[in-house]
Amino acid sequence: MTDLETDSGIGVKVDAFEGSLELLLHLIKENKIDIYDIPIAVITKQYLDTIDLMTSLKLSIAGDFLVMAATLIHIKSKMLLPVHETEEEETEEEDPRQELVTRLLEYKKFKEAAGTLESYETLWRQIFSREAIHASEPSYEISLGDVAISDLLSALQKVIARLPNKNVLTIEADELSVRDRIDFILSMLEKESSLLFDQLFAGLESRYHVVITFLALLEVIRLGLMKVLQVEHYGALRLIGTENLLKEPVA
Amino acid sequence: MEDHEIKPILEALLFISAEPIPIDRLKEILAGVAKNIVFEKLSLLQQEYAQSDRGMQIVEVAGGYQMTTRAEMAPWIRDLEKIKTSSRLSQPSLETLAIIAYKQPLTRAEIEAIRGVDGAGVLKTLMDRRLIKIVGRKEVAGRPLIYGTTREFLLYFGLANLTALPTLKEFTEIAERSAEPDITWDRVDEEFLQTVGVNNHSEEPIS
Repeated sequence: MTDLETDSGIGVKVDAFEGSLELLLHLIKENKIDIYDIPIAVITKQYLDTIDLMTSLKLSIAGDFLVMAATLIHIKSKMLLPVHETEEEETEEEDPRQELVTRLLEYKKFKEAAGTLESYETLWRQIFSREAIHASEPSYEISLGDVAISDLLSALQKVIARLPNKNVLTIEADELSVRDRIDFILSMLEKESSLLFDQLFAGLESRYHVVITFLALLEVIRLGLMKVLQVEHYGALRLIGTENLLKEPVA
Repeated sequence: MEDHEIKPILEALLFISAEPIPIDRLKEILAGVAKNIVFEKLSLLQQEYAQSDRGMQIVEVAGGYQMTTRAEMAPWIRDLEKIKTSSRLSQPSLETLAIIAYKQPLTRAEIEAIRGVDGAGVLKTLMDRRLIKIVGRKEVAGRPLIYGTTREFLLYFGLANLTALPTLKEFTEIAERSAEPDITWDRVDEEFLQTVGVNNHSEEPIS
């Protein structure tokens, strides 16, 4: 993989998953796994794959991700040890996954509570009083629209999985840059006003091109020129140009 | 004061106030009217607004009563007034806030133990937005700071008080904790409403 930052001059830094618990919950949800009976081997593999993907996207990976990776492998190894099968019930033997499950459930509980708060936030932002008219806060945070970064990453993973499995070393004189792909996305948006996520990746055969395009996508979102919407759960991601796109021609 | 005068006075007060008015303050202004009568008239007014086609409503928020627009009016209001809305809270902010709201007061380490992530940046953001504040220090080694939610937190989410938070989905056997929070809901609620009421906006942000 080429160094994306030096190639394009644009460095995109996104915290895809804030923590390892969030990533684990995401994997559990995606695989529709029973949280009380996590297939550790499967989850460990997917967990490590995701970290690899995040590394190749130059996403910052906190040390906590590696601690969790070690924990998962430790649990896996413990589960491989033979269990004395004298009794069916393991009265003394604790499930090595227990502690992790406890942590996940505790975290999940507050993640759900955060969801409830968010729905209150949404409602209350539509309600005004005298005070609200005057109160204003500077904006610090960039909204990804209605789709979480984890949804984007999952979509990207699917695109990468579809790539032809060729390991050909190509040397091309003029490689695509993130800037090229930004221009491409913007011109598509101007023509069509609404795109499917997959449309951006149509015809791309190399992992490098896919990643470049994904970085361009993140940049366009960051510039506030595009929003990502998901009409139904697990449905297709739809990209829509914002008002800013119509107002400001991008140099 | 005649009984029929009370309701229109309340309506006028709620209309003019920029802040939610606590019922005790309303009672003070309506000198001589019993608290239960004030409450009764408020409820009546609230019902009248709810039952007729109004663009306004009377809600209980952050320990007081307030007249606000109804959510359905938002598009038209935004057309009239250039309202600078604050940015939405990020997912990490919402999670941290949820933990603090339900388990307060607690330390940064306790928050991080649940989220499994370093929380300094998020806490700073939440402090800057005045959604949380330092409520003291925990009497353990190192005397770490402990955090709690503010009145702005209730205002931001349109909550009447902390008890108006929905109950957490309990995972009974797992959620059983040996260490119970040492302050009960009602006490936190009263305590911080009082503190903030008297001493609004004076907390020092973390440096």
